[in-house]
Amino acid sequence: MIRFFANASYDFIRLRYWAYGLTAAFVVPGLLLLAVRGLNYSIEFTGGTMIQVRTTEAVGSSRLRAALDAGGVRGAEIQTFGSDRDYLIRARVAGTGTDTEGEAATQAAREAVTRGLDADLGAGNYTIMRTEAVSPKVGRELQGKAFLAILLSFGVTLIYLAYRFEWRFGLAAVLATAHDILATIAFMSFLHIEISLTVVAAVLTVIGYSLNDTIIIFDRVRENLRKFRRRDLHNILNLSINQTLPRSVLTHGTTMGAVLALAILAGEVIRPFALVMLFGIFTGTFSSIYVASPVLMLIEQRWPGADARGTRAFDARPAAEPAR
Amino acid sequence: MKTIRSRLILIGILVVLSIAALVPRGQKIRVPDPATGRMRDTTITRVPIKYGLDLVGGTHLALEVDQSKGPVADPAEAIRRAERVVRTRIDEFGTTEPVVQIVGGNRLIVQLPEEKDPARAKSIVQRTAFLEFRITDMRNLFRDALPAIDRVLRVAGVGGNAAPAAGGVAQLFGNDTTTAGADTAGAAAPFSTLLFQGSIPGEFLVPEEQVAQVDSLLQRPDVQREMPRGIDLLWGAQIESRGARPYRALYALENRPIITGEHLTKATAGRSPTTNQSEVQFSLSRRGGRIFADATGRHVNDYMAIILDGRVQGQPPVIRSQIRGNGVIELGARPLEEANDLALVLRAGALPAPLTIVEERTIGPSLGRDSITSGIRAALLGVALVVLVMLVYYRLSGVLAVGALVFYVLFTLAGLAAFGFTLTLPGLAGFVLSIGIAVDGNVLIFERIREELQHGKTVRLAVDEGFEHALPAIVDSNVSTALTALILYLVGTGPVQGFAITLLIGIAASMITAIFVSKTFYLIWLQRRPGLTELSI
Repeated sequence: MIRFFANASYDFIRLRYWAYGLTAAFVVPGLLLLAVRGLNYSIEFTGGTMIQVRTTEAVGSSRLRAALDAGGVRGAEIQTFGSDRDYLIRARVAGTGTDTEGEAATQAAREAVTRGLDADLGAGNYTIMRTEAVSPKVGRELQGKAFLAILLSFGVTLIYLAYRFEWRFGLAAVLATAHDILATIAFMSFLHIEISLTVVAAVLTVIGYSLNDTIIIFDRVRENLRKFRRRDLHNILNLSINQTLPRSVLTHGTTMGAVLALAILAGEVIRPFALVMLFGIFTGTFSSIYVASPVLMLIEQRWPGADARGTRAFDARPAAEPAR
Repeated sequence: MKTIRSRLILIGILVVLSIAALVPRGQKIRVPDPATGRMRDTTITRVPIKYGLDLVGGTHLALEVDQSKGPVADPAEAIRRAERVVRTRIDEFGTTEPVVQIVGGNRLIVQLPEEKDPARAKSIVQRTAFLEFRITDMRNLFRDALPAIDRVLRVAGVGGNAAPAAGGVAQLFGNDTTTAGADTAGAAAPFSTLLFQGSIPGEFLVPEEQVAQVDSLLQRPDVQREMPRGIDLLWGAQIESRGARPYRALYALENRPIITGEHLTKATAGRSPTTNQSEVQFSLSRRGGRIFADATGRHVNDYMAIILDGRVQGQPPVIRSQIRGNGVIELGARPLEEANDLALVLRAGALPAPLTIVEERTIGPSLGRDSITSGIRAALLGVALVVLVMLVYYRLSGVLAVGALVFYVLFTLAGLAAFGFTLTLPGLAGFVLSIGIAVDGNVLIFERIREELQHGKTVRLAVDEGFEHALPAIVDSNVSTALTALILYLVGTGPVQGFAITLLIGIAASMITAIFVSKTFYLIWLQRRPGLTELSI
């Protein structure tokens, strides 16, 4: 029988300050970088035109830029996309006049791109693989929706946790999730990942997933609190984390493997999504151990429950399990 | 024993339902006819899972009422008019299964799978609607020209298709002997055998499967030359069922409209206060009223076709008396929805709603194909990895988990098919992710069983308690993920919704398989080996 971390008894909680330092060392520079460079929004959020072209031979982005300049598209971003024959061209229209002007600019950009490419490369020498043209108005709307979705997820999961656990647990879980979002944003900021609708979906899924992991550990904590009446919370947190460790390693290992397969094989379109998920699963696991649990302890110390250990019966509902 | 049997029965039912949802079946779709370029209905057999535009390629357009040249009074009503107009043009797109729908009350979504020329699609959507009223061919000029048309076609060597069964003709128009359709000699009358006289002058019915053929015959220059002067032929907008067969109406109409939409000022549907039957009331401008009064005065008892964008809408009503500024179109016993639709048609033609494109996405077919292959490849590798880990780590119990995983995949795909959800590229990613979640359920249970075994419990007890104790954690953790997926579905659009839906279905399927299906496998295993003292886990 193979068993990872069988009967492990690592003192995770003791190492919490190291963990805080580590996460701060990652999140703070990431957010600073974000403040300097700004978020890399996709045109879905800013409004604008995105065109993916495949050329018959590698033309290089400088030649492409010259072609676009000739077509009258200035200031477009050009980047290779997976291979040196695939290019992404982005022309943003953010901040240009009114909505209708923005819409007109969006439509005009596409025509200008084809005009420029036709003139320089010749009509048969490139294929337009994909175009997206979003007016600034729709972009603002999508931004609002994405923001709303994140807020709603927070709200709804908070309500669920409040119903399922005592408020101390809920608060700790939400703080851990907030940490995950910050860490994920820092991650996207480091890699300069473009924030598109699918990436927002990934961030939301990270929220759900990170919570999922915290809940698994907290379920154990709740159970152990009932079972071991004489142990203190520090001890019980460590015990619970160690008990769920094999599961964490196995589940997250395989899921990360599957998502890694997506990141490597599923193509450029889905890669940012997969990368964010990959990091999200990692940080979700980390935060359940190093943020949620220590924070739960801090909360207990600050606002102790009725219980002698500084904890009271955490289950809002009376014991569902038979005492053993 | 009894519980195992009832569990197996329940699993059997789920499997049968899932397979039934996934069996390839005949679906009626409209496809462009390669010969004529027209749309025709055809039945194809396929697995009923819908693929999103990002996988098949195509164009997605979002349009709003253009308010840049002055505010539009009621944008929501304007977008309904626009939707009605785009619907009448749906065949013009020439793509299979286009989607036209209003979202959020003020935005029109047009999705054209496999559309390769977004510029053409945009021009079709944005073209201004044209409404006109025309008098039908009351003097039967077209019908009288049919023998001449048949003659030129015979001379040109165009044989008529096999004539429709005589029984069908008789059933349709039992006592109408004047119809050209009654002439069953197909070879002698290659064209007129395709037509059946309708119930009003100038109306003919063509079996739906022969519409393309009629159309192509009418395009021929030699046939065109025999067409009576001053008469146009236009198709009806709707397919009508007479008996078991679908027909499309072909109208012979005067080529000059008696009035056009620009003179119309108002159109509302309602019920007649006296007869309580559906009707549409319309008003004309002062000048329009004069023109209309003049025309309807000359055409009392004639039939007047209402034409939007070259398609006759509904059956032409009869003009009972001279109409001045205000008219009523009676629909008799037809439902009120039809009156509403006709009123919408009239308004659409009267007040064109200029549309502006606020969002456009086009995915080339090759990119879609690439996405499918690479997405499926990644998904397969992900599954293979999960299977390998489970088998190596949990041995025989892992086999049970993998068995449950097969059910999981089946249930998830069936869920997608049964509820008609669309599979997108992010949806494939959601599928991979939910495989991880499916495995998590099994991992939680197996780890729990191992712990119970370690505490010295018997195999049977350990399995029971393992499942029981893992349950709250599985439910709690899945609910939190499901909640965020649900929000994504409600707030998200297009591909993101595809992701949310596969994740949701995947979570549901994984709970069923982890909690129920694997438990059943265990029970069978333990029942076969009652003396089992060591579990392969």
